[in-house]
Amino acid sequence: MSEITPDLVRHLGVLARIQLSDDEVTQLTGQLDAIVDNIAKVSEVATPDVVATSHPIAMHNVFREDVVGQTLTTAQALQNAPDADGDRFRVTAILGEEQ
Amino acid sequence: MSEIIRWTAAELGARLASGEVSSVEATQAHLDRIAAVDGDVHAFLHVNEHALDAAADIDRRRAAGESLGELAGVPLAIKDVLVTTDQPSTSGSKILEGYRSPFDATVVARSRAAGLIGIGKTNMDEFAMGSSTEHSAYGPTHNPWDLDRIPGGSGGGSAAAVAAFEAPLALGSDTGGSIRQPAHVTGTVGIKPTYGGVSRYGAIALASSLDQVGPVTRTVLDAGLLHDIIGGHDPKDSTSLPDAWPSFAAAAREGATGEVLKGLKVGVIKELPDSGFQAGVAASFHEALGRMEQLGAEIVEISAPHFEYGVAAYYLILPAEASSNLAKFDSVRFGLRVTPDGGGTVEDVMSLTRDVGFGAEVKRRIILGTYALSAGYYDAYYGSAQKVRTLIQKDFDAAFAQVDVIATPSAPTTAFKLGEKIGDPLQMYLNDLTTIPANLAGVPGISIPSGLAEEDGLPVGIQFLAPAREDARLYRVGAALEAVLVDAWGGPLLDRAPLLGGTR
Amino acid sequence: MSAAKLMDYDKALELFEPVLGFEVHVELNTETKMFSDAPNPANERNHDAEPNTLIAPVDLGLPGSLPVVNATAVRSSISLGLALGCSIAESCRFARKNYFYPDLGKNYQISQYDEPIAFEGSVEVELEDGTLVTIPIERAHMEEDAGKLTHVGGATGRIQGAEYSLVDYNRAGVPLVEIVTKPIFGAEHRAPEIAKAYVAAIRDIVRGLGISEARLERGNLRCDANVSLRPRGQEKLGTRTETKNVNSMRSVERAVRYEIQRQAAILADGGTITQETRHWHEDTGTTSPGRPKSDADDYRYFPEPDLLPVQPARELVEELRAALPEQPIARRRRLKAEWGFTDLEFQDVRNGGLLDQVAATIAAGSTAAAARKWWTGEITRIANAEERDAAELISPENVAALQSLVDAGTLTDKLARQVLEGVIAGEGTPQQVVDARGLAVVSDDGALIAAIDDAFAAQPDVLAKIKDGKVQAAGAVIGAVMKAMKGQADAARVRELILERAAQ
Ligand SMILES: [Mg+2]
Ligand SMILES: [Zn+2]
Repeated sequence: MSEITPDLVRHLGVLARIQLSDDEVTQLTGQLDAIVDNIAKVSEVATPDVVATSHPIAMHNVFREDVVGQTLTTAQALQNAPDADGDRFRVTAILGEEQ
Repeated sequence: MSEIIRWTAAELGARLASGEVSSVEATQAHLDRIAAVDGDVHAFLHVNEHALDAAADIDRRRAAGESLGELAGVPLAIKDVLVTTDQPSTSGSKILEGYRSPFDATVVARSRAAGLIGIGKTNMDEFAMGSSTEHSAYGPTHNPWDLDRIPGGSGGGSAAAVAAFEAPLALGSDTGGSIRQPAHVTGTVGIKPTYGGVSRYGAIALASSLDQVGPVTRTVLDAGLLHDIIGGHDPKDSTSLPDAWPSFAAAAREGATGEVLKGLKVGVIKELPDSGFQAGVAASFHEALGRMEQLGAEIVEISAPHFEYGVAAYYLILPAEASSNLAKFDSVRFGLRVTPDGGGTVEDVMSLTRDVGFGAEVKRRIILGTYALSAGYYDAYYGSAQKVRTLIQKDFDAAFAQVDVIATPSAPTTAFKLGEKIGDPLQMYLNDLTTIPANLAGVPGISIPSGLAEEDGLPVGIQFLAPAREDARLYRVGAALEAVLVDAWGGPLLDRAPLLGGTR
Repeated sequence: MSAAKLMDYDKALELFEPVLGFEVHVELNTETKMFSDAPNPANERNHDAEPNTLIAPVDLGLPGSLPVVNATAVRSSISLGLALGCSIAESCRFARKNYFYPDLGKNYQISQYDEPIAFEGSVEVELEDGTLVTIPIERAHMEEDAGKLTHVGGATGRIQGAEYSLVDYNRAGVPLVEIVTKPIFGAEHRAPEIAKAYVAAIRDIVRGLGISEARLERGNLRCDANVSLRPRGQEKLGTRTETKNVNSMRSVERAVRYEIQRQAAILADGGTITQETRHWHEDTGTTSPGRPKSDADDYRYFPEPDLLPVQPARELVEELRAALPEQPIARRRRLKAEWGFTDLEFQDVRNGGLLDQVAATIAAGSTAAAARKWWTGEITRIANAEERDAAELISPENVAALQSLVDAGTLTDKLARQVLEGVIAGEGTPQQVVDARGLAVVSDDGALIAAIDDAFAAQPDVLAKIKDGKVQAAGAVIGAVMKAMKGQADAARVRELILERAAQ
């Protein structure tokens, strides 16, 4: 058994900003438990001598010259916005402090 | 049914060039077909209202003597994961309903520049998470071979559109098999290029280190023609390979002569025994290998001991990257916003929006990915999965030291019934067993029809895998086997698909 | 908010040893952003841009957008790393720092985590009295800035109590280098002064490199100050607080002093320090706690899959090392000697941030003494009165030109000040202001003699006094003549002429 508990799922929901209902938490706890039991086997072969691959094809130093390109117009930037004041996006009150 | 829609893209392109048909006629024929059958198939989420204008423009340019590409004027269906300026882009999700991109995906821009006519956006599992297209927020796509069955996924819409003759060509994306597995269950051709061979710019990211865009067609040559148009270096995608690529259409044409099979070493993986496949799938696979052998290919057993860890690694890497890639859907700059009764903080709005806007599978994978990346779990899960990638790459390296290509059945079973596996995510995940290793290692893969399964009469696909950057080899081998099989069948496999439109 | 209890500073230092640490964010002044080709608002060309006009798709996290690394930003980061005495990584990479916040377009920040571009260095810091302190540097890494939030409604424009917030993403993606120190021991009483001097040193270094505008009030340089206290004789470090939003060098000094006094009072009362972020309030000179970091501390870092490792070529690193400007402290030593300033005079220039201006003025032909006099005197006075930056008011070339008019006798000191005002008001070069305002000294003796005769006629007793040898009586006539000349006469010459006339 893995360590998936309803409290952990609820905490993950907060981290991922998904407001999970109690039913969803119950269901996800069971499903994730089964999935994690299955996928945890990666650690069997992931010994310390094996290097991690994060890019399937190794490359490095891919850069862009520091030259200005085309920008979006403000209208384009805002065209899909759920709410805006004409030139800025609008969101409801933010809880807590600035980051 | 108009003959036009039965033509391959290569044939249609030639007839457009000779003036036998116009692009407007060809486009209209496909629009008519969509109108006739898509109520049953539901391959499309959106049909492009500008398609005929674009076709008329190509006809005008052709009339004016402009020299156009080989596929200019040919209709193209576009998976909804690709952003388009002239049509909405939703990635199959409610959270992006009505979204309009201010830019085209690079593959879309290149298709447009080559004169292809974007005919519509195709259905898919939400954010490409799934193997059946049942996870689309806009309802499932139905397999043209049997409307009660799944068309595969996530790109079920693109495969079904091509199989149902609603378009000769489609674009797909393949993160763990989303081009190849739908090709398998719909009797079509699908290619996942080498990672970095085709630009990801404008493909709504699922798992950035696994995603590749590729062609979905009815023939290997058509796939090569489309690949030639969409592929190649794109400075907007840092992971795009700067390599110069050979023509894949030329490779397909060369392969069709069958010469390539002489002395070709085809690897078959010891760790994927027949017992892991539906009997008819395994039988079709061996029949295809037999034909290759008859023409001079040598079948070599190889070992890939770490492939069995592929699914596990995949279901750690994909959710982890997806949980981050999908964080942008937060109701601030675009997409759905759901405000709690009586208002709420921006955190409340984000959380409710994401609960309402994402489907169950998406939420499942985001939560799983958030878990895999969390402090304290990273090394055991995400970190280990990245090591499995290395081990699978080494398996491939060892195998390709012995053989030219690896062959596997493209998926364990033929198309299953809609609803059959939807309640069991783990079973659904195992569907991608044979396709996933290519994504983890970045190597290219192709699925072409190998026949029909005896027990259910449904299509089966054979997958070939080649070393990274050797996509052309897949076109040569795929076209060679395709030529042999079509010859043996007395015509394309899709000729045996049930007629659609009015039959139900 | 109730005022925190503070302990007397000297008493606090008697009981506790302060340990400092700093994270300074430097906005680079590249033409474009870190990961997009949108114009960089931290480049002077783009000040005062309207909201949401310096935006490329990736800055908004638009679906399908991808980041591409700015080559110049990487070079600037390497140069800065070298100037901080750091080693430059042979290979480093970007990582995603995942957290939700409305100013973060993708809801993750692309930063560097376990593999920064520069690490292990040190900076020599010079205190106002010339004492040198070495600050150990742990790392410097590349990352991107977030957008800007404006809180609307509520009393203070602060986040608490605001009805809603507006988001401008112009700043999103501005290239940042974050410089992190190791714990700084032994600062003792001078901790606040060292804090200020450290920020000044970073400012001088990035200015010298020309890689940032380095203006604290614009947010080009932002300091987070970590402070912890440990009882005398204790080895274990105390719990630290991180004070953010410290936007001037004076504030850095005040904030450190405040935290020492605040923490000392708590600890002396037997309380414990909460590890937290605190916000500096410029108006009240106090800090207040931020939101306790319940979920924000699990950032789920993982390697950025959309970007590839950065492996600076050793030749590039050596080329950039060779191109480093003289270290600020060495340069100051050299200039002080060259200019022949006293300690006090030099501190005046340095603490006013006028080193570059004075140097440029001298380079434009002025004497060192005159350049210092202008910049630390009249120009600083006007800058303070107008709450502007002295460097913004007038160019060093114009200051030198102004002084040369004085040296040539065209202007008196008093006239020169008027000309200065004209130049600052934008009326042109000093010569143009002299011409336009007719401010040149009257050097025509005839006109002066006529005015002297008029003055003598009006004050006959003065002439008699002068003739009697009471030379100081000439002052009254000088005043009258200068008045008649509207100040545009050289008082010394007038005096000479008066004495000549009186002697006749
Ligand atoms: Mg920091
Ligand atoms: Zn930072």
